[in-house]
Amino acid sequence: MKFGILVNEGPFTHQASDSAYHFTKAALEKGHEIVRVFFYHDGVNNANKLSEPQSDDRNLVGMWSALAEEHGVELIVCVAAALRRGIKDELLAAGFTISGLGQLVEAGIIGDRLITFGD
Amino acid sequence: MDDFEDDEFDGPVKKFLFLNRKAPYGTIYALEGLEVVLITAAFDQDVSMVFADDGVFQIKKDQETSGINMKNFSPTYRALEGYEVEKVYAEKESLEARGLSEDDLVIPVEVLSAAELAELMDTQDVIVSF
Repeated sequence: MKFGILVNEGPFTHQASDSAYHFTKAALEKGHEIVRVFFYHDGVNNANKLSEPQSDDRNLVGMWSALAEEHGVELIVCVAAALRRGIKDELLAAGFTISGLGQLVEAGIIGDRLITFGD
Repeated sequence: MDDFEDDEFDGPVKKFLFLNRKAPYGTIYALEGLEVVLITAAFDQDVSMVFADDGVFQIKKDQETSGINMKNFSPTYRALEGYEVEKVYAEKESLEARGLSEDDLVIPVEVLSAAELAELMDTQDVIVSF
């Protein structure tokens, strides 16, 4: 199956990003296709390479980057939501790209399912 | 932005339903959610919009936001018609619980019960809740 993933919360405050990450990883391991992961609202904070959690905690930003590298998953950050929150190209962790909301709509169109992870 | 901002998009058409459940101020979900609706409509998709729970306050008339230094974006909902978003619904139970009627709203809506909305949702391809 082809899944589009929408992440609406930032890492840490809400579990939504963790759940989205685990779902995406599990889907890929089961042989499903991830059309793309789209980050909206505070979800854009998942792309902030300056994020530096304590060493005994998970590092979600790094986990997304690793997933992109291993599986070639597209990680798209909404430009309007990102700019409003100070997330710019120079702040993006590896694997993330800034683009428009059209990428979310397209994920809904070409995916068999669009799964939202939010509050 | 990208290749897909173009009004000339001629790919497949899916039924998108946007479920708005949050008050217009206090969180950004309503404001940023509305952006998604407008972009989806620009892709010529079959768009429905539902207001339920505190989401019905998003389309309440006479919003006065100067005291909280927020932009009153309720006039933007009137632009939906220009984007050919004509399937707009409000949940009956949510309106009643908040003492609201259709006359209190900035745009015309079709009022449906929770049960009727469930049937509507069953017919959709993509449901996004903000």
